Amino acid sequence: MTTATLSACPACSAAPSAGDIAARAIPKPARLTLSLPTIHCAACISTVEKALAAVPGVNDARVNLTLKRAQVNAAPAVTAAELIAALAGVGYEAHELDPGSAAVTATDRAGRDLLMRLAVAGFASMNVMLLSVSVWSGAVDATRDLFHWISAFITFPTIAFSAQPFFRSARAALSARRLNMDVPITLAILLALVTSLWETALSGEHAYFDAALTLTFFLLAGRYLDHRTRAIARSAAEELTALEVPRAWKLVDGTETATPVADLRRGDLIRVRPGARMPVDGIVTEGSSETDRSFLTGESLPVPVAPGQPVSAGEVNLTGPLTLRATAVGQDTALHRMADLVAIAENGRSRYTPLADRAAKLYAPGVHVLSALAFLGWLAWSHDLRTALNIAAAVLIITCPCALGLAVPAVTTAASGRLFRKGMLVKHETALERLAQVDTVVFDKTGTLTAGAPVPTNLDAHDPASLSQVLALAEGSSHPLSRALTTALRARGVAPAPVTNLREQPGHGTEATLHDKRLRLGRATWVGAEERATTTAWLSVGAETPRPLSFTDALRPGAAEAVAGLKAMGLRVILISGDTSAAVAPLARELGIDDWTANALPGDKAERIADLQAQGAQVLMVGDGLNDTAALRAATVAISPASALDAARVASDIVLLGTDLSPLPGALRTARKTTRRIRENFRIATAYNVIAVPLAIAGLATPLIAALAMSTSSIVVSLNALRLR
Amino acid sequence: MDVLTWLIPISLFLGGIGLLGFLYTLRTDQYEDPAGDSQRILSADWDDRPRP
Repeated sequence: MTTATLSACPACSAAPSAGDIAARAIPKPARLTLSLPTIHCAACISTVEKALAAVPGVNDARVNLTLKRAQVNAAPAVTAAELIAALAGVGYEAHELDPGSAAVTATDRAGRDLLMRLAVAGFASMNVMLLSVSVWSGAVDATRDLFHWISAFITFPTIAFSAQPFFRSARAALSARRLNMDVPITLAILLALVTSLWETALSGEHAYFDAALTLTFFLLAGRYLDHRTRAIARSAAEELTALEVPRAWKLVDGTETATPVADLRRGDLIRVRPGARMPVDGIVTEGSSETDRSFLTGESLPVPVAPGQPVSAGEVNLTGPLTLRATAVGQDTALHRMADLVAIAENGRSRYTPLADRAAKLYAPGVHVLSALAFLGWLAWSHDLRTALNIAAAVLIITCPCALGLAVPAVTTAASGRLFRKGMLVKHETALERLAQVDTVVFDKTGTLTAGAPVPTNLDAHDPASLSQVLALAEGSSHPLSRALTTALRARGVAPAPVTNLREQPGHGTEATLHDKRLRLGRATWVGAEERATTTAWLSVGAETPRPLSFTDALRPGAAEAVAGLKAMGLRVILISGDTSAAVAPLARELGIDDWTANALPGDKAERIADLQAQGAQVLMVGDGLNDTAALRAATVAISPASALDAARVASDIVLLGTDLSPLPGALRTARKTTRRIRENFRIATAYNVIAVPLAIAGLATPLIAALAMSTSSIVVSLNALRLR
Repeated sequence: MDVLTWLIPISLFLGGIGLLGFLYTLRTDQYEDPAGDSQRILSADWDDRPRP
């Protein structure tokens, strides 16, 4: 804990276990970020991570598929070039990235590249299909040969250009002695081209040029849909990060200068105005105020700070201006160390194998064996290499996973679009599959179920004269409680009392004079009242007994509907908060949540989720604070509101764009429907193979049958996906 | 069947024009913001001359 104590972060003292691990993780001499443009499946992730971990000196390597990146913590001697060479050894291309600047344009280029290949494949397959239809309708002899030759001239350059993504992926996999989905695809396309060219040269009857092209076209369409869904979510998530403060006010010789946060150094004096976020960890040297730590700890009550006390980055300064001396900046702040800790923590989503990968694992070896058996069988039976090769090609083409390649992207694209219109951003490609399994929902309180803004509750208990005094005092401050009082009283039509000498005592409250009596509105200790467990401001008039004004954190709109809806679906709903039980209990009662925990430390939340998972529960975590991030990461699937801290949004799979929580049950229903559709699609693809494969092995499959079967199954799968709307 | 020697090249040529047109729109970033573009058609800005 030495460094943690040096930086004196209150969040760490609130989370001792988290702080311990973070402190141990601090000495990280080499931290490298690699871009992995070619990764696209779960198998790729494990291969890359294993390859990176095998490099001597690497402590930890994590792949981020959404960003197509890998983050590596390693000994200082390790260089990026070594890691890149190691990845090339297993068949992956890698580049070093500056972790500070994200390469955004590169992903757009990938999308455009796919679209261009898709367009060329579409154009060529239409023309070749036109010629093929003429052949199927009875063109013979010289005409048929001419059509086949023209098809060949169109097909070869098109495949050479359009099918490159599959070729590259397959070659990379093979050179590393692995199998992926692109290997059977590549083999089918190449075999179809070779046998068709051979047949054409010998004036044969059957050529599969159209099949090779439509195959490429459908698979590119699936891959493009997949890419686009992810690109949209990513760019929207990037816009949300604008919440961070890029500039701070640095004090140099008594004058404030605007300085980028990245340029701040330890020992700098920094001025933080009321309403602003602390840019660094530091010690208060001047001024007194209150800070809002709810993002870090879940506490809903503001915490008073005075000179000599530590504050940490991310806290919001509420009342008075503060001057800090920075003790930790940038990556060393408590905020960043906790975010890093979350990145290291075990990830709930990595335990999940996507449905598509499970299907591919069964499929890829299956078709190779089937095609090889067909080839050998026919060779033994007919002793004719040409026939055997034709049959083998037909088997590969017919089994080729057009429908399989579209089954998942078509459904998730439709579902993500539907959820996006309801205000939910699906960030992770398997988020919906995991959401569908959920049987337990864990909520955070402050900022998630509640709006994180106080609302006065006992205004009716006060007489109109007091209320007008309260309003007059409240208007003199921008403290959240004062603002809440001002809004509520103005809405009731109360007029402020004619007070004089109105002034704010930062960290205490506001004070004024009315008819020679001193009025005070503020903290219990300041007005001479007993401290209460719930959020309370006090009004004191002269020597009279102070009167309490109690507050509650207002429910987020839709919170009650969301909880009721989830319970109606038969899900177990749990509330775990870092706030006091006095604040949690009434809220839990109001929402009808029986299972609640208060005073939970960040580590407790993650532990509780791990416990639930150990009992076999699939947990959805909904949270917004930094104290929730470890729990968000550990859960099967995580949702955070758009108002959540960056780290929490990064750790979650779905971001709620609006303030309303009511779309949650709907999202679960959509997710369940999505998984059902994906499974249906796999069944359709399988059923089609069960019918088509025996035909192909028996040598009865003609190019016409292959084209019909392939297009029909792809279209049926796409239409089934569209039913989701 | 002699007509084929004309029709096939013509059909390929016409399709090729369509393809080139699509590639042109792709290269000039015309698909960067389809949703925004579909809304922008309703505004009168830049109706008289192209955006610089």
